[in-house]
Amino acid sequence: MNTMISYRDAMREALREALQRDARVFLMGEDVGMYGGSYAVSKGLLEEFGAQRIRDTPLSELGFVGAGIGAALGGLRPIVEIMTVNFSLLALDQLVNTAAALRHMSGGQFHVPLVVRMATGAGRQLAAQHSHSLEGWYAHVPGLRVLAPATIEDARHMLWLALQEDDPVILFEHAQLYNVVAPLAPDAAATVDIERCRIRRAGRDLTLVTFGGMLPPTLAAAEQLAQQGIEAEVIDLRVLRPLDDATIGESIRRTHRALIIDEEWRSGSLAAEISARIMEQAFYELDAPVQRLCSAEVPIPYAKHLEAAALPQPATIIEAARRLLGKQEAVTG
Amino acid sequence: MNPLPYAREQCIELVRQMLRIRRFEETCAQLYGEGKIRGFLHLYIGEEAVAVGAVPALHADDAVVATYREHGHALLRGIPARTIMAEMFGKSTGCCRGRGGSMHLFDAATRFYGGNAIVGGGLPLAVGLALADRMQGRQRVTACFFGEGAVAEGAFHESMNLAALWQLPVLFCCENNLYAMGTALDRSESQTDLCLKAESYKIPARRVDGMDVAAVREATLAAAAEVRSGQRPVFLEFRTYRYRAHSMFDPDLYRRKEEIDAWKQRGPLHALTNQLRAQVVFDETDFQQLEDQVSTELREAIAFAEASAPEPVSDLHRDVRAAARPKT
Ligand SMILES: Cc1ncc(C[n+]2csc(CCOP(=O)(O)OP(=O)(O)O)c2C)c(N)n1
Repeated sequence: MNTMISYRDAMREALREALQRDARVFLMGEDVGMYGGSYAVSKGLLEEFGAQRIRDTPLSELGFVGAGIGAALGGLRPIVEIMTVNFSLLALDQLVNTAAALRHMSGGQFHVPLVVRMATGAGRQLAAQHSHSLEGWYAHVPGLRVLAPATIEDARHMLWLALQEDDPVILFEHAQLYNVVAPLAPDAAATVDIERCRIRRAGRDLTLVTFGGMLPPTLAAAEQLAQQGIEAEVIDLRVLRPLDDATIGESIRRTHRALIIDEEWRSGSLAAEISARIMEQAFYELDAPVQRLCSAEVPIPYAKHLEAAALPQPATIIEAARRLLGKQEAVTG
Repeated sequence: MNPLPYAREQCIELVRQMLRIRRFEETCAQLYGEGKIRGFLHLYIGEEAVAVGAVPALHADDAVVATYREHGHALLRGIPARTIMAEMFGKSTGCCRGRGGSMHLFDAATRFYGGNAIVGGGLPLAVGLALADRMQGRQRVTACFFGEGAVAEGAFHESMNLAALWQLPVLFCCENNLYAMGTALDRSESQTDLCLKAESYKIPARRVDGMDVAAVREATLAAAAEVRSGQRPVFLEFRTYRYRAHSMFDPDLYRRKEEIDAWKQRGPLHALTNQLRAQVVFDETDFQQLEDQVSTELREAIAFAEASAPEPVSDLHRDVRAAARPKT
């Protein structure tokens, strides 16, 4: 029997499972305990697991992320929550200069089995210090594995797999996904891994590559394109580092066209990286240049209409897809 | 009952400013419910005596750096209520053309440097503003407001050290409302004496009753004079309390109702109003007159925000960099 569950609750179940199964696991971050988590993901866990394992931290991102690294070195399996990717910039030093580099620079002597979770993305009118998508910054860094669960299954089951890694894993939870409710199958774990992308919708006419919070609008756009006789294949990247080139390449070999939808800014984005890889690996399969639809290159503005205009939307995805197929006439509906 | 701290008219003005912020924010909460204001909205209700005591105690050419809980500071600094309201409505007439919203109010004319939603983010900025004054020989103060939660951030400690090391004219104003979101001070600080932290950087520090508007005003006047003439930082800790939840998303389950009620008993607005009532000629009609003034301003601000045009989407990309590069 499938159960209906929200992304938020699925994430909480994942945390609960990890805390139950492995005594080395603990959660720390700002307001994860008494407050219940800024996005209510960890609500109730303090009561269940106590203050040693559900650890409220002061406002000191650099300090507690670094402490997570140290605790991982010391034999624990910490899960560190950072409220939002914008605040993770205060901890970037520890993540990039220490967590990601330690195995290599110690000549393989030390390794950091740390999982860092953080919310990301725009869409709630939170303006320029709470809304950015910087996944690509982390995906740039060797030594990290970067995950972006966009479905209920992935929210429920990626965390445990992340905790089995012996090296740091960053998990991005798009703030717009927390309230999404969908059915979860009892055997969903079998469908989840942290290595490959997933084809969320099969299609023959073009490939839409996306991840995280852009998956729902991309799937919505694909449905509308289908009504116009265009069958789009939708790839959910899921794993932003290392990228699963093979699955993307196979899809391109079937559709010969690719549009990448990425909430980051276009310059230097994951979309840029994926586009380059398609060019390197499947150039002669392409019937048209790879296209990208990203956020406008502005700090995300507060006003609702400006924020909406800054982000890819189903309508702009449809428009870009049609343009890629050489269908530029005005579309209604 | 204590004697009135100031002459009748000045006390009434302090009441009026506190009332102005209180009503402004109550209305914001209501407009949030109606969906006119969105994003994060952090209310200052309960803490008004701090801004009302401190901000007008500064000079017009001093600088103010604040946090995301800054409506009161912005109003007192002289940013018109209508442009603040329009900002929160996301309109083109807003003080930041709808780009910032509640958490990011800025105003160059009054040297109001935000509106910062990164906890601790304003402190280094204040240090730099003061450095510029110092290096250019200006006798100005930079007042930096921040919550006690910021004290745990590295930015706080780095800023304290720089300001003290370089003897910079910064007035650090810590608004200690005892909670950083759901985390009480004693659950986040090994040393809860915040003045001691400042003193450890050799910055003179004073604890002030932040529910007493006159105490705040006097402490700020003295400290600002010291910063200005002595060209060195001073740290003030204002003990205060927020009555409302952290933001509109906070279920507020981490503190007891009795605690909130006890602080409300000491509410700065009521305290001074009652003192006025008891000691001089100030009655319901006088108070009503203040209410009327405040509500006229507020109604006008909302009408202005409602009537204002949204920024054209074609202007989405403006103000990311200067429109024209300097000629070289
Ligand atoms: C660097 C950073 N970390 C976390 C947050 C989320 N956050 C916003 S306000 C806040 C509490 C801050 O408390 P305090 O400094 O005491 O100010 P108050 O809200 O009480 O006025 C937190 C944790 C943030 N905005 N910035």
